[in-house]
Amino acid sequence: MFQTVGKPVPRKEGRAKVTGQAKYVDDLSFPGMLHGVTVRSPVARGRIRNIEFTGDLPWDEFTIVTAKDIPGANVVALIVDDQPYLAGEMVNHTEEPVVLLAHRDKHLAEKARQAVRLDIDPLPAIFTIEESLAKEQIIWGADNVLKTFLVEKGDIESVWAEAAHIVEGEYRTGAQEQLYIETNGMIATASPDEGIAVWGSMQCPYYVHKALQKTFPLPPEKIRIIQMETGGGFGGKEEYPSILAGHAALLAWKSGKPVKMIYDRAEDMAATTKRHPSLTRIRTAVSDDGKLLGMDIEFIIDGGAYATLSSVVLSRGTIHAAGPYECPNVRIRSKAVATNAPPHGAFRGFGAPQSIFALERHMNKVARAVGLEPQEIRRRNFLHTRGATATGQVIRETVDLEKLLDRALELSFYDAKMQLFARDNVNSRIKRGIGFASFMHGAGFTGSGERYLQSVAGVEADAQGKIRILVSSTEIGQGTNTILSQIVAETLAIDYDQVNVAQPDTAEVPNSGPTVASRTCMVVGKLVESAAIGLRQTLLKADLLADDYTPAEFAAACAHYIEQFGPLKSFSQYEAPPGIYWDDDAYRGDAYGAFAWAVYVAEVSVDTVTCEIKVEDFVALQEIGRVIHPVLAAGQIEGGVAQGIGYAIFEDVVWNQGRMANAQMTNYIMPTSVDVPSIRVYFEETPYEYGPLGAKGIGELPIDGPAPAILNAIENAIGLPVNEIPLTPEKLMQALAHAEVSAVEASVA
Amino acid sequence: MKIEFRVNGVQHTVDSYPMARLLDVLREIGLTGTKEGCGEGECGACSVLMDGELVNSCLVPVLQVAGCNVLTVEGLAQNGRLHPLQEAFAQTGGAQCGICTPGMILAAAQLLERYPNPTDEQIRDGLAGNLCRCTGYQKIFDAVRQASAVMAGGS
Amino acid sequence: MRSYVPDYELVAPESLDEMLRLMSREPGVWRPIAGGTDLMVLFEAGKLPYRKLVSLSRINQLRGFTASASHITLGGLTTYTEIQRNEIMQREFPLLVKAASWTGAVATQNRGTLAGNIANGSPAADSPPALLVYDAEIGLLSERDVRWTKYASFHTGYKTSLMEPDEVIAHISLPRTTWGSKHYLRKVGTRKAQAIAKVALAGLAKMNGGAVERIRIALGSVAPMPIRCVETENTIAGRMLDRSAIEDAKVAIAAEIAPIDDIRSTADYRRRVTVNLLEEFLESLLE
Repeated sequence: MFQTVGKPVPRKEGRAKVTGQAKYVDDLSFPGMLHGVTVRSPVARGRIRNIEFTGDLPWDEFTIVTAKDIPGANVVALIVDDQPYLAGEMVNHTEEPVVLLAHRDKHLAEKARQAVRLDIDPLPAIFTIEESLAKEQIIWGADNVLKTFLVEKGDIESVWAEAAHIVEGEYRTGAQEQLYIETNGMIATASPDEGIAVWGSMQCPYYVHKALQKTFPLPPEKIRIIQMETGGGFGGKEEYPSILAGHAALLAWKSGKPVKMIYDRAEDMAATTKRHPSLTRIRTAVSDDGKLLGMDIEFIIDGGAYATLSSVVLSRGTIHAAGPYECPNVRIRSKAVATNAPPHGAFRGFGAPQSIFALERHMNKVARAVGLEPQEIRRRNFLHTRGATATGQVIRETVDLEKLLDRALELSFYDAKMQLFARDNVNSRIKRGIGFASFMHGAGFTGSGERYLQSVAGVEADAQGKIRILVSSTEIGQGTNTILSQIVAETLAIDYDQVNVAQPDTAEVPNSGPTVASRTCMVVGKLVESAAIGLRQTLLKADLLADDYTPAEFAAACAHYIEQFGPLKSFSQYEAPPGIYWDDDAYRGDAYGAFAWAVYVAEVSVDTVTCEIKVEDFVALQEIGRVIHPVLAAGQIEGGVAQGIGYAIFEDVVWNQGRMANAQMTNYIMPTSVDVPSIRVYFEETPYEYGPLGAKGIGELPIDGPAPAILNAIENAIGLPVNEIPLTPEKLMQALAHAEVSAVEASVA
Repeated sequence: MKIEFRVNGVQHTVDSYPMARLLDVLREIGLTGTKEGCGEGECGACSVLMDGELVNSCLVPVLQVAGCNVLTVEGLAQNGRLHPLQEAFAQTGGAQCGICTPGMILAAAQLLERYPNPTDEQIRDGLAGNLCRCTGYQKIFDAVRQASAVMAGGS
Repeated sequence: MRSYVPDYELVAPESLDEMLRLMSREPGVWRPIAGGTDLMVLFEAGKLPYRKLVSLSRINQLRGFTASASHITLGGLTTYTEIQRNEIMQREFPLLVKAASWTGAVATQNRGTLAGNIANGSPAADSPPALLVYDAEIGLLSERDVRWTKYASFHTGYKTSLMEPDEVIAHISLPRTTWGSKHYLRKVGTRKAQAIAKVALAGLAKMNGGAVERIRIALGSVAPMPIRCVETENTIAGRMLDRSAIEDAKVAIAAEIAPIDDIRSTADYRRRVTVNLLEEFLESLLE
């Protein structure tokens, strides 16, 4: 039995947060600090002719930085070095940064920002996947293609002739704004002698650290990145902070003063990353009895103007595209293409919500074609233990999707509601429906990713036996501090209160990798567990501790050790679990160490007077290995489901010539407390051998299921398939009107 | 110009432009628990109580606060003892990233003042002006229910 | 914060006279600000077109309710929260209470005022459809004059009205003639709370047997300003409310509105929903 794990221990930084004492970057102020602002391109593509500083402003008081002022490479180092910190000659998307300004007076800095005139000769731009594929303009590389993948299993061409049914479908998803409530912000100090220090809101301090090394002529040890309390990330603070930190540091470098840059909401929404829009085409061959014989999937995402993380997003979306089903013949061709929109980027789920939406809508279409219930078509095709995924990964853990499905349908009263709605809908303007999605999400970096990262985590004991966890993994609300402390407390058999997590500061903590990809619990948690075991071993070997010990004896042992030998620290570096194999060239093998598995059921009502959609009930059932903290885990699921509801029916980025036209919280609509139903969360726990105390990752999983479950429920309610999200009332009304016209035309014909 | 008002029971005199936002003025006097999320009265992160009424401090010009009593999140705990809502938010998982939390707790305080034993619908309506992107609101509802029970118990 | 704060002036007179004097001395220069729930949003966005503002916050004469046998009169500074709590409003003007409860959320309702909602002139404002079907009258006050006007003729176009530059909306008066009427209001926004209306329809009707004795219909968000649908009303007033009357009304209302595409919705959606809401309202009269 566990002492700490599985218990709802108090969130580590909870008290600071409920009292308003927690310090976010905008809560810091440095003596002599300047406020920085960014002048951005109003056009999507063009050549910069001139920059004019107009108006009655004391321009000599301003620190002004343009591309010419960058001491090192003008490139945001990430994967492909294509994105400049500041546009020099060309702009490639709306809101691209061109000039940075800083002044002591925050309000004057903003006034000055509005007084800078960019004279840009506009060039023709492209804004959609179709326009990019058609190569109407070549805006990136030779063909606008940022990245492609091909996954092949069996022989897809062999299946079409013998198939009883061939089912084809096209599915689209829109951009989605992360909408963390704390906007992006950074403070930097910089000088050639002292080096650079940056404090800010971020997920990945070492990403920022790496990026700044290219921009400034400094050795790594002279660059220090410190994460402040971070008001939500969801991927939106994965890669973007490298840009903002660079900008603040450039202004600090030139002015010699600390510079604070905090985006306002409009800037944050218009200029920073969003979830990649996508287009998926699926063609499946199905036998008479509903077995999938072949899946041919084309998955395309819009990456925006620069490569950023699109290749990695595409990879995850590609690997999840065939879902939790076993099919002997699969081909997945995927492509990330460039458009003149601000680069799309990381957002919880990272490509998987897009391709899973497509597949889970498509599976309902397959069911209809074969004449089976949606649950039956899935039962006949679910992956099982020892089955192989699309990349040929053989599932070694116990997975029982049938059981998950049965339980989820039971918890949601699926059969009874199906019957009830079918009866009541006939004479009602409110049409009710129920639908579900079954899916999985891989935890940790894809393929060889974790091997390349070689993450390191550590623990350090003091003379009172208190443990400090040393990781660069950040607390952004999801519970890093709490669960890592639980894992260490459990491993060392000491009290939870004795364990804390160091503030992520690259000068103090090792690189435990980025806080992304549902890896913090499973991968970093495991490292922290090993480091804690190592620390205990050290004490055992030094004969300061017996096999069985009390917390007091542990503390005494730590004190003795430190007195005799000095600091007591233990580090652990990532090693892949045995038998994991991945081929980067063929894109085959073990894509993830482990998957979390889930079935989500949504109940909706559609008011046919207004086409308003309401999610009335939501059941989220998942198998995630060991649950480290029941309240935090449920909180992750509930939050992800709420974002998924937004993704499905509310959150519509309105584009106008590559620019977000509704960059205000008033007009970009996320769910409020009255828009979410009661979200009923259930866990199955099948401990994973290589996770800390059996845990897997859960952060991204809950965003994958809601959109397809909700659209499946809407189809059940109104009898019309719609395959595009966000499904706004406007789009639904148009679809219904179109269907009516088609029906009339059909009856006339 | 000089503007006087009380914050968390303490008299303050600030030298400020009359159109300065109450939000900025509070943060400038060191009360950074009040957060800015949108600057347009939509997200509620900057919620404070002004003479007992919930307001978005980003939409209040400081001149209109002259002579008023303002309560911010920093003023909720008494002698180091957390308000039942603060306890409840910490315990039930009502706070994740924490940026909406101060405003959310003040909105919840207003709610419980109006409806000491609120229905689910009253809770949802009472918090509808405070957006949370982390929790999906479920644990926040739990926190309000728990605090309501504690406060009814008179502890 | 996109406005340069030092550029803006704000004064808070202690009395109504003082405020009216200021506005009469420099007509059109001083913009009244009450709860700030509209103007401060523009201020934040750097889009506030007024540099000099006069706060009504201390003018207590413009607060509260006065009821007579024939009318209830609301001070212009009455907040949405106060409207929701007033018993006469709850009993006789439930649509205005509903509209108030749908305006923003609690913090906005505590600060936002009825006069502000009217003066702001947004076609999507929440209270106007209800005010229109209740046949509200607006009391305009200046140093030189007090005058009353029908709210139905108050707005003259997108964000324009017949208010003179030295006037403020001092009072809103509602005739207490709603007894025995059916009240209907629906606001369609993208979400259930804190939404800006994409379409809102208010209806008030008195039935006599199966016939429509008196009917008022008003809409928000489907024209440059909130509108009373007089043509539609005339189509069915005095008629037996049967299927053909409903169909005639639907045709009439579609011709009476001028919806547009914008970032919140489409003209097509607004037109269809308007017609559907009207049908729902009229059918509810048959029950």
